[in-house]
Amino acid sequence: MKSSRFDATVLTLGFAFLYIPIIILVIYSFNASRLVTVWGGFSFQWYRTMWSNQGLMDAAWITARVGVLSATIGTVLGTLAALSLVRFSRFPGRMLFSGMIYAPLVMPEVITGLSLLLLFVAVGIDRGFWTVVIAHTTFTMCYVAIVVQSRLMTFDRSLEEAALDLGCPPVKTFFRITLPLIMPAVIAGWMLAFTLSLDDLVIASFTTGPGATTLPIKIYSQVRLGVTPEINAICTILIGLVTLGVIAASISTKRAELRRIRDEHVALRGVT
Amino acid sequence: MASVSETHAANKPGPARWLVVLVPYFWLLLFFAGPFLIILKISLSDTAIAMPPYVPVFQGAIGDFISRLDFENYLFLTEDPLYIRSYLSSLRIALISTLLLLLIGYPMALAMARAPSSLRPTLVMLVILPFWTSFLIRVYAWIGILKPDGLLTLLFQTIGLMGPNEQVQIFRTDIAVFIGIVYSYLPFMVLPLYSALEKMDNTLLEAASDLGCPPLKAFWKITFPLSLPGVVAGSLICFIPITGEFVIPDLLGGADTLMIGKTLWTEFFGNRDWPLASAVAVILLILLVVPIAIFQNQQKKVA
Amino acid sequence: MGQGMAKSLGPVKRKFSPWTDPSAVPFIRFENITKRYGDFTAVDNLTLDIYEREFFSLLGPSGCGKTTLMRMLAGFEEPTEGRILLQGKDISGVPPYRRPTNMMFQSYALFPHMTVEKNIAFGLEQDGLSKVEIAARVEEMLKLVKLEPFARRKPAQLSGGQRQRVALARSLAKRPKVLLLDEPLGALDRKLREETQFELMDIQTNLGLTFLIVTHDQEEAMTVSDRIAVMDKGVIMQVATPAEIYEAPNSRYVADFIGDINIFEGTVSSTESALGAPGAVRIDCDGITVAVEQECQAVKGDRVTFAIRPEKVRISPDQPSDTSVNAVYGEVWDIGYLGDFSIFLVKLADDRIVRAAQANVSRLVDRPITFGDMVWLTWPLDAGLVLTR
Repeated sequence: MKSSRFDATVLTLGFAFLYIPIIILVIYSFNASRLVTVWGGFSFQWYRTMWSNQGLMDAAWITARVGVLSATIGTVLGTLAALSLVRFSRFPGRMLFSGMIYAPLVMPEVITGLSLLLLFVAVGIDRGFWTVVIAHTTFTMCYVAIVVQSRLMTFDRSLEEAALDLGCPPVKTFFRITLPLIMPAVIAGWMLAFTLSLDDLVIASFTTGPGATTLPIKIYSQVRLGVTPEINAICTILIGLVTLGVIAASISTKRAELRRIRDEHVALRGVT
Repeated sequence: MASVSETHAANKPGPARWLVVLVPYFWLLLFFAGPFLIILKISLSDTAIAMPPYVPVFQGAIGDFISRLDFENYLFLTEDPLYIRSYLSSLRIALISTLLLLLIGYPMALAMARAPSSLRPTLVMLVILPFWTSFLIRVYAWIGILKPDGLLTLLFQTIGLMGPNEQVQIFRTDIAVFIGIVYSYLPFMVLPLYSALEKMDNTLLEAASDLGCPPLKAFWKITFPLSLPGVVAGSLICFIPITGEFVIPDLLGGADTLMIGKTLWTEFFGNRDWPLASAVAVILLILLVVPIAIFQNQQKKVA
Repeated sequence: MGQGMAKSLGPVKRKFSPWTDPSAVPFIRFENITKRYGDFTAVDNLTLDIYEREFFSLLGPSGCGKTTLMRMLAGFEEPTEGRILLQGKDISGVPPYRRPTNMMFQSYALFPHMTVEKNIAFGLEQDGLSKVEIAARVEEMLKLVKLEPFARRKPAQLSGGQRQRVALARSLAKRPKVLLLDEPLGALDRKLREETQFELMDIQTNLGLTFLIVTHDQEEAMTVSDRIAVMDKGVIMQVATPAEIYEAPNSRYVADFIGDINIFEGTVSSTESALGAPGAVRIDCDGITVAVEQECQAVKGDRVTFAIRPEKVRISPDQPSDTSVNAVYGEVWDIGYLGDFSIFLVKLADDRIVRAAQANVSRLVDRPITFGDMVWLTWPLDAGLVLTR
């Protein structure tokens, strides 16, 4: 068919466009030469220099801590926000609330970053680790809220009603029924929040202070000075970690799918 | 008794459940909405050589407070053509990029939606995967490719498209900015388009064909109109943040690439003029209010 | 409700009619209940009594308010006006988790992350029963619904029928005073549904519980219920036993909703006992004269509805002796063969269609009456009904 050949071409070109730059970056992290255009042989030397670069390692450690903390707080807040949006169709200021959930998704980062900085200065908070955590929590919770919200929309409310009906009070019902069932979405939300936090340069640049230089800020300051294979190396490691995470996630969904199919078979056998 | 709260739980929160709403609500009020008021106030104050480098507008009595407010910063923005050109250039770049993204993203989304259903989850994952890798890294990857002594030059020289002394001169130009934007935002365009196209009932096209409509015409008469919500969603998700983009013009653009995000950054970090940077942000926000409102409306409809 | 008593009663339905006893105290009382959602009135000033040990059905089309009524009893909705009494006590404001009612959900609402036994134990755990007691009760329930081998399976590993039984076991485990069943058999196929109906009746009699069932399936309601409330647009049209609902519907709506029926509009021409029977009504239905032996409020000249079930109409090629009343002549227009019955659609000279049902008592493939035959339809004085509303 003509259209299928067209589709195949489009997809090949599209994915080539998306992946070739990343692949090149990974390949050149193993380049012994410092020059981009010259292949000087395979080498791990940039990984070694990266490892011994104390500034880079410190930044990585700070970024990881900021990521875990902000993703965790953001996931709690985002899940609560999603519950508010889905479960309470009326409360004062609901319009403003949903507006504040959706707006950060498209808000230019320079605006979010600058406004948070001005808040911290106005109330006299010293900028540093915790201000970055607060800033990241604020924008990542909105992403979590969207992810969890879409799961809650398809949630069968009668499961909660059944628990209430069987004598389980509302808060306990949430922890015994609702939360276990929306857990996959909550975990996905956490992972998204964590990645967004790892990724952020602009908001962190505005809200950070002395001693809290995150990895993107560090990478950015080095990139401005030019391409260095050392940065390629750390980028490769980050890409590798993300790829591993995504592959693990997709394997676990695949397994869940297989389990579902097996269950259906068991159910059918049960009849006969 | 707490009766009403239990039974109307579906509609409005009862006293015991206020916390669910109140905690995220106050967090967002404090750290998202609140700062906008501050930005607005600071944009109306004067610069000072101090830390913070502005004359606070919060001090003093109300009358004093009002009298201190001035529109000096906004006037300055209208006087210096740099700012107006930055805004216009940002909007122009965002608009052109969004159109480019649609041109590239639509065929991809369509091809994905028409792919065998067993293949679709993999294709979706392939689109999402780059999104999980750092934005900064992906922009950085292009520097090595686009710079004059970079890989693109090497490629063109190798295949004989260029002489050994010629170089690709697109690094630090608007073209590089467009490439970087299209590359970074492509997943955000493809995914909403795909979800709109994938939902579409295939029998509609069969019905059109059965009624004598040729495929290309069927696309324009059936497929495209039905995918419009995806087109709008994808365009807004891209257009709004691109307008305020900083990293891409800073790393790939040239000195003459004017984008408001970069101007704001320079004003803030370079010139340390916080009130002016705030004014720049306020105007940018005003420019984006309408697209953001449309985006929110659409999200609510989807939700 | 001791278990000893339940045993002695056995599965046989006893003569049971507390609603005819003026001194009987209702177990559940809906008192002037109104439920509004914005402008929409789901339940409109409704009053209803249900007695202990009754198997009571709320029957009506979707959107008639039957589910809302049940959810108000369960505590998921609060009435806008009126109150609900359970054993004489107003239960308004009592949250669902403190009400002595349990519900079997239409979707079954089985907790997908818990095994069958965990599902059944869930309600018992909320009551703080000891592990031994819970295990014993779960065992008992599994036995009751014949699911012992499936105790450790997850709901996803069960067939639809098995899930339905788990849902039933779970809602019965706490021995609720009232069991609410929301379209309990809707998701089952026809044969399984019929079997389950009888099982439900057995369980209800054996455990001596009060069952309130919401359904849109009239056959189901007829089979299982002691009494049925037929609802329409938030009001109750009739509350009566299945036989009364079928044989003596009080309105055109109920007559039309339950089963198949022929309906004619007409004018009362006389209420004299011209036919020798007291209280007989004679109605002129545009050329057809019908006579009905029935106590009736209608007086001469009133517009009324005459209704007659198809199985009460006799079909015959032979002319009856008296053709002046309760007899029409027409052509067999269509025949619906249903296996046990055949439905004959007979077209009169004025194009009106009258349906007559005939039991297929012999194994004939070719019936004596067929398409295009001219036939007489007749019915006795006590077969039809005069409906004034």
